[in-house]
Amino acid sequence: MKILVTMKRVTDYERKVKIAPDGSHLITEGMNFVANPFDEIAVEEALRLTKAHGGEVVVFSAGPKDAAQQIRQGLAMGADRGIHLLTDKELDSDAVARLLAKVVDQEKPDLVILGKQATDDDANQAGQLLAGYLGWAQGTFASKHEGLEGPEEKAQKPGLAIEGGKVHVVREVDGGLETIALDMPAVVTTDLRLNHPRFTTLPNIMKAKKKKLDEVTAESLGVDLSPKVKMLRFSEPPARTAGQIVDSVDTLIHKLKNERKVIA
Amino acid sequence: MSNILVIAELGTDKSLKKATLTAVTFAREAAKRTGGKVHALVMGKGVATPAGELAKYVDVVHTADQAGLEAPVAEPYATAIKAGAGASQAQVIVMAATNHGKDVLPRAAALLGAGMASDVIGFDGSAGFQLKRPIQAGNVIATVEITTDTKVVSTRPTEFDAAAPSAGAGTVQPLAVELGPQKTRFVKLDPVVSERPDLTDARVVVSGGRGFKDAENFKKLIEPLADKLNAAIGASRAVVDAGWVPNDMQVGQTGKVVAPDLYIAIGISGAIQHVAGMKGSKTIVAINKDAEAPIFQIADYGLVADLFKAVPELVEKL
Repeated sequence: MKILVTMKRVTDYERKVKIAPDGSHLITEGMNFVANPFDEIAVEEALRLTKAHGGEVVVFSAGPKDAAQQIRQGLAMGADRGIHLLTDKELDSDAVARLLAKVVDQEKPDLVILGKQATDDDANQAGQLLAGYLGWAQGTFASKHEGLEGPEEKAQKPGLAIEGGKVHVVREVDGGLETIALDMPAVVTTDLRLNHPRFTTLPNIMKAKKKKLDEVTAESLGVDLSPKVKMLRFSEPPARTAGQIVDSVDTLIHKLKNERKVIA
Repeated sequence: MSNILVIAELGTDKSLKKATLTAVTFAREAAKRTGGKVHALVMGKGVATPAGELAKYVDVVHTADQAGLEAPVAEPYATAIKAGAGASQAQVIVMAATNHGKDVLPRAAALLGAGMASDVIGFDGSAGFQLKRPIQAGNVIATVEITTDTKVVSTRPTEFDAAAPSAGAGTVQPLAVELGPQKTRFVKLDPVVSERPDLTDARVVVSGGRGFKDAENFKKLIEPLADKLNAAIGASRAVVDAGWVPNDMQVGQTGKVVAPDLYIAIGISGAIQHVAGMKGSKTIVAINKDAEAPIFQIADYGLVADLFKAVPELVEKL
């Protein structure tokens, strides 16, 4: 079985990004970059699946030269090889999906697993767009019934169940967990509760340096990379300021009743 | 080609979800800007009742009522949305950014070859079609423009009021959709059954974090307070990850975005990703024993106290 996974280079989601004074762009110089945390979950799931069923895990990223670091991280986690589509252009979800569709044509994976969203643009689109372009079944927001503290997780069991050419996906939906069965090949996107991604170790980081990483310019795939959704400018959200510290439960109740009138 | 098509979402009981009416509010504003009419698409099996209900709000309702659409699965639904966009001559297709909307709508955008803006919170400017959407966990608002002729938009439900019925009733038209062979099979839904108000609709939300120490305390302390206030219960990501409460109770960038009249955060430190999911609340109360907790920076009222004492006291005195 061959599984293609994505690894997007994003700004550190625990730090606030600054906006240029004229609002024309985000200031990312000097910021720490990390792998999109949802993509790490995708890589982890792929590794568990190939451990159980055999096969190969291929890590994909489209982005600037430095995005190779995030691919190497996926390789250090245990993936077999990487594909880096080099571009300095800002890609929207749609361009990424069409680039991925080209790579899928070449690689013919049985499964593509992506993070459900990237923590920088929060679009939550690439997996669904890819499935739409390919005409494949999609299972978004993959999760599992057992919690992340259960024995299955400790044993590093996959959350996706593959059987008879189908993948069963347990999905986080409003009001519960839904199970769907997808004909393979299929596209799956990961939610937070699918697994705890493994950490990389120094020996594995060293090993990853020797793994194959193909670099191709994104432009060479013949995909129009101009955005369908243009980012025009950026602004601060309305600020919320600290209110007052109250000294007791009685004062709190009094204020909620009389100042805000939010309780009777 | 200047019409707006609202994609309806139904509950498991086939009632029209309130989130759909928030998308109608966006659609009415969009229609003013394009000069078109507001259409809607209802999909499912046996959906005449919600279609009739929705006709009170829009000009035309298209109903794709057939067996292949019984379960809300992205593959057939996206195909039906494409057909609905054609039948309604829609320039803009809009759906509330619920989990269902997030699943289905981008796939439909691919089928339509249209650009899509996710989680839109409003228009930028009084004319034109520039849209605002949060990025970077809500720390930045981006103004975006969709460059394709057909535009697909998902709207954040908490940012728009539910639409009121229109003056005149709209018409209802059947839409037959050719679905073809399907690669997705719906197996089952394991619902979370709750007597409480829905987290995203509730007027009051009581939310708990790691400060409760374990699942038993969380339940024992939070539930009586939620009962008193007729509140929905939310939780921080740490609590959900620890398995104390079901997944769909998570409030935050990666969980649910809520904006109740009153949000009470108890034992929650206020990580960026949690705040992204609740900072639109009208009044925020924080109870935390750590006076330095970041949650106090956005709370209207902060109580620095041990939650194990403060919460029972609150329940008693309310």
